[in-house]
Amino acid sequence: MKEKDRPEEKNPIEDLLRMDRIPHIWCPGCGIGVVVTSFAEALRKSEIDLEKTAILSGIGCTGRVAGYVKLDSIHTTHGRAVPVATGLKIANPELKVVVFSGDGDIAGIGGNHFIHAARRNMDLVIICVNNFNYAMTGGQVAATTPITANASTAPFGNFEYPFNLPYLAEASGATYVARWTALHLRRVTKSMQEALNRRGFSFIEVITPCVTLYARRNRLGDGLNLLKYYYEKSEIQHGADTKTLDISYQGKLIVGKFVDKDKPTFLDCMNEHLGKVLGDKYKPYGGNHD
Amino acid sequence: MKKTKADPKGVLTGAHYLDGDHALAEGALAAGCRFFAGYPITPSTETAERFAERIPMVGGVFIQMEDELASIAALIGAAWGGKKVMTVTSGPGFSLMMENIGLACMLETPLVIANVQRGGPSTGLPTLTGQQDMMQVKWGSHGDYAIIALSPDSPQECFDLCVEAFNLSEIYRVPTFVMTDECVGHMHEKVVIPPAEEIELVERKWYTGPKDKYLPFKPDTDMIPFMVKVGDGYRFHITGLTHDERGYPVINAECQNVCVPHLVDKINLNADKIIKIEEDETDNAEVIVISYGITSRVTTRAVRKARKAGIKVGTIRLITVWPFPEKRIKELAKKIKAFVVPEINYGQMVYEVERSAFGQAPVIHVPHCGGWVHDPEDIFKAIKEASK
Ligand SMILES: Cc1ncc(C[n+]2csc(CCOP(=O)(O)OP(=O)(O)O)c2C)c(N)n1
Ligand code: SF4
Ligand SMILES: [Mg+2]
Repeated sequence: MKEKDRPEEKNPIEDLLRMDRIPHIWCPGCGIGVVVTSFAEALRKSEIDLEKTAILSGIGCTGRVAGYVKLDSIHTTHGRAVPVATGLKIANPELKVVVFSGDGDIAGIGGNHFIHAARRNMDLVIICVNNFNYAMTGGQVAATTPITANASTAPFGNFEYPFNLPYLAEASGATYVARWTALHLRRVTKSMQEALNRRGFSFIEVITPCVTLYARRNRLGDGLNLLKYYYEKSEIQHGADTKTLDISYQGKLIVGKFVDKDKPTFLDCMNEHLGKVLGDKYKPYGGNHD
Repeated sequence: MKKTKADPKGVLTGAHYLDGDHALAEGALAAGCRFFAGYPITPSTETAERFAERIPMVGGVFIQMEDELASIAALIGAAWGGKKVMTVTSGPGFSLMMENIGLACMLETPLVIANVQRGGPSTGLPTLTGQQDMMQVKWGSHGDYAIIALSPDSPQECFDLCVEAFNLSEIYRVPTFVMTDECVGHMHEKVVIPPAEEIELVERKWYTGPKDKYLPFKPDTDMIPFMVKVGDGYRFHITGLTHDERGYPVINAECQNVCVPHLVDKINLNADKIIKIEEDETDNAEVIVISYGITSRVTTRAVRKARKAGIKVGTIRLITVWPFPEKRIKELAKKIKAFVVPEINYGQMVYEVERSAFGQAPVIHVPHCGGWVHDPEDIFKAIKEASK
């Protein structure tokens, strides 16, 4: 059937969004929305059971994502979505649990939870919108702000070394690590789909324009200018050594899938280890079906 | 309210010689707690250790988190995943939990937190007792909310009140606290754990209506909203932002003035049903000593001496600390000469007694900043002073 022959049919993504909450709060030109669209697309393509899928966010512009995606969704506190997700996943192991949040939330205030969840290989999908700043609170410097970039609390430019998030994730134990920009939407979708269809701690960083704060303060133009920067300076290097993925101000952006390996998850390890040590005395743990 | 019997798998029926910390873990297991997240801290660690040792044979999970911020966060996630959940901590860890205690209240999440109190502030007296977090448990997180807190005075009560805390947290969909202290936590006494069929539990208030009609924060006739689990297909949303019945954020004063009063009223308006106190000889008393936890056991000695000296002393032991039994205190204030309030802090619950006494009777505080219990003689002197 041709597109024009079925005008009544709504966009399939609408089933995945809380249309009763639209319009959303994001600025015109903000990149978060397109990353959410990619996520909705990935949800559809992955064919996972949506009734068994949960999304959690922390606090921030990106932190609002959980409120717009029509899944069981929890909007937690700043930095704590990952440990809430950890409890949820353990309580009901049949769930697919996604954390969708900002760079400040995941790597700044929540950094400790992030590395520990990776260390345990908790079966979680972490989607981190990196807009190089704390946007929600007005564009303050973040643990991801490139050196010399301007921020409201780094009015003379940032001089702190930023995190290289894929390197941090891999070093901590993540079993799937990818980085893309908001320009690479097809690839973002594919990575998200892969992450949704696998088990283990999966981390996807999406470099995303914050037009209102980061771009304006640094006189980088509008959303289109940022996408142009991504286009000109990004380089796909699948399997690149994550040590080499530092981002300098308006510098090269190495993107791709860097890590994808199988490793038993927290619950696998627990069941296997305790089963071995305790033998028949151990009651294997299966969440709500024990 | 749907009542059930305890699952025998978790119930260690029999007479045991346990300390309070271990009894807390047994109480949790008996109450059906199958998820425990914690971070070690003296003098509470033994509860986590016992749970970690017992749970593999019962069927559930113990996880040692990276800090207390993570422990309480994991509890919230696991509770919404359908489990009964608990953590244990002491002062410094309790302080770290405060923000997400607020989230748990806002999300009306049933969970249990035990605080085996030690002397503070800061790192204070890690191995020595205190009752200095009694106001923090009530007010420690920002904003207006209400919680329930119980205070056991023995290892037996650590078991009993832990079960009770789980039941209250389910009935009112509220974080419920067992506020014990190092003395009770480390005191070994006989603890009798009844057979599973004698342990009455309250089932979570599960929603069973049509999927598209579920409203996570719509109060039922008893004020308490129904709950569902993540993964049951409701595709619902919950947020720590001020929200409406659907769980959607609504950032304005109108919504705030519905959302917040509900959180407070569901506890305060049910206070009579929640509150348990133990009274002794209050009827003709001239002086009433109000105490809780380990301090009520020390008080016993002072009261015995005062009675021998001919003073008419009654006692009230707070089993429920929050909500505070203000009505009863107010009633008694009209009839007596004075209240005496010993507690291992520099003045906390005494302010509640003063507030409730409403100027009708003076209140004499017997402070102790922690490290050890009161000398009963100090309480005796206060009783004598009060009887004048
Ligand atoms: C404990 C706590 N500290 C500070 C804040 C204020 N705050 C809200 S969002 C935010 C930063 C969000 O930055 P990020 O996670 O990068 O998300 P973005 O807005 O950039 O998408 C901060 C500091 C808070 N809500 N809670
Ligand atoms: S402030 Fe930046 S990140 Fe936030 S909505 Fe606006 S453009 Fe997006
Ligand atoms: Mg950000």
